[in-house]
Amino acid sequence: MRPLVVLAVTFALIGLAPFAIASDYWLNLVIMTLYAALLGQAWNILGGYGGQFSFGHAAFFGTGAYAVAVLQVELGLNPWLGLAAGGLLAAGVGAFVGFCTFRYGLRGSYFALVTLAFAEVLRILSNSVWFTGAGVGILIPLERGAASFQFVDKAGFFWVIWGMALAAFATAWWIGHSRFGAQLMAVRDNEDAARALGVDAFRVKMAAITLSGFFSGLAGVFYAQYFLYLDPYIAYGPAISVESLLVPIIGGMGTIFGPLLGAAALQAVAELTKEVVGEAPGISLAVYGTLLVVMVLFMPRGLAGLGARIAGLGPRARRRRAARLEARNA
Amino acid sequence: MLELRGLSKRFGGVQAARDVSFTVPAGRISSLIGPNGAGKTTLFALITGFHRPDAGSVVFDGAPIDGLPPEAIARRGMVRTFQIVQPFAGQTVRDNIAVGAHLRIRSRRAALAKAEEVAAAVGLDDRLDMDAAALTVAGRKRLEVARALATEPKLILFDEVLAGLNPSEIRDVLPLIRAIRDRGVTIFLIEHVMQAVMSLSEHTWVLNQGELIAEGAPQEVVRDPHVIEAYLGKGMAARVGGREQAHA
Repeated sequence: MRPLVVLAVTFALIGLAPFAIASDYWLNLVIMTLYAALLGQAWNILGGYGGQFSFGHAAFFGTGAYAVAVLQVELGLNPWLGLAAGGLLAAGVGAFVGFCTFRYGLRGSYFALVTLAFAEVLRILSNSVWFTGAGVGILIPLERGAASFQFVDKAGFFWVIWGMALAAFATAWWIGHSRFGAQLMAVRDNEDAARALGVDAFRVKMAAITLSGFFSGLAGVFYAQYFLYLDPYIAYGPAISVESLLVPIIGGMGTIFGPLLGAAALQAVAELTKEVVGEAPGISLAVYGTLLVVMVLFMPRGLAGLGARIAGLGPRARRRRAARLEARNA
Repeated sequence: MLELRGLSKRFGGVQAARDVSFTVPAGRISSLIGPNGAGKTTLFALITGFHRPDAGSVVFDGAPIDGLPPEAIARRGMVRTFQIVQPFAGQTVRDNIAVGAHLRIRSRRAALAKAEEVAAAVGLDDRLDMDAAALTVAGRKRLEVARALATEPKLILFDEVLAGLNPSEIRDVLPLIRAIRDRGVTIFLIEHVMQAVMSLSEHTWVLNQGELIAEGAPQEVVRDPHVIEAYLGKGMAARVGGREQAHA
């Protein structure tokens, strides 16, 4: 039950931000950190807990983003309904991609490449059809107010992304404490052994990619409403796919708090780069790439793993280890 | 309990199983032996749905299970263990066993409790919180047994659970396998360790190059000239037989 307490306290503390922070700059940073944590947790559900590394989470993100934008602009649908539509459509794309890949037993790099291909196909499609505004992009008309999901002050957006992130993190907690999660992690660690024990690997992976797509789509909806502009490169481009996987890899894959740590670290790095080298185009991707290599080489378990290692050096952990050793030798 | 009818499987130029038919009786320990490469593990994979046979049929517990995937077969009550142990590395022993328990139990709490109970039955209860990857070979073999047992099977297929263990470890595991049978679980095992086959199983089949060449009580089967030749090479039966006669 302890991670649940830590989770509740963490989100309660983050929830103080709009009361404690007056500056829009800093509140925006907190919002963007939560947004990145949501993206990362969405990826983590499939990649971290399920071991299915996607290089194309933009396919889900972009679908959520375009859904809320297009339904609003073309059909006049309220963006709050668009929020539900975006999440569900993204979940549907997740299920579709999952069916096309898992049905044929694609694993590892083959799965990664196919997800990348799906995102690219969607990017090209959204660049060619009229209702997405094609290459010009789509602009959501300004209409400030909570009813139109365009809050006057940042606090409104803060509560939306806080709620979305909380839902994603609660889902990750549930995965760590349920039959579904146990089966998902079993499939990750050894698919054949899991199947021999009666785990329906296909069904479990389908559920994971659908959930993952849903939360990624929510992040897309939020992005669209926060910035009110989308084009194919923003929505379906590789930058989102990279950010989605970078956050949990930096923070710690398959851990509940990894995406939050990773999002905060990434946000700090991004701000620092901006301070040091300015807004040179492509510089953030270069920094991200370097970070990814460094993390995979030197800290494959991420910041969360580092935290566990530091905790493992403490006197309490040493006593526990000694007790365990004794029990084994007895 | 388990009936094989004319199972055949070919991989390229290798005939891994050729028209194999036999019936494993319920409530007993039976075994399958044969030299390396005889097709024993392939036969297990065919029975449990990991491979599709080219011909033939498998009947388990009164119903055909042809074409079912491994997870569906496990749900019907037949599970296998792996010769090369396959722990969920990075997870604790308790979590590993709970994956098996979850086949019949939805609740996480109940599955973890069941895992502890099974761990006690196989002698892993002192290592519940250990990383499965840190177990010794003997410990991992026990873990394979525990995970299979946690699914509450009617029939367990053991693929060389004793391989790689030293004689004293084997002595420890033999009563465990008998205890599982005494709980009412049918056991069918592949084994290289003849001592185990002789002392455990009541009936054994001998497989060579994908074909059944003998069957019967293990003590008789090992005297069968076909079996001796399959293991030791052509002409050996006569020499071994001759020596036995000389002794007599």
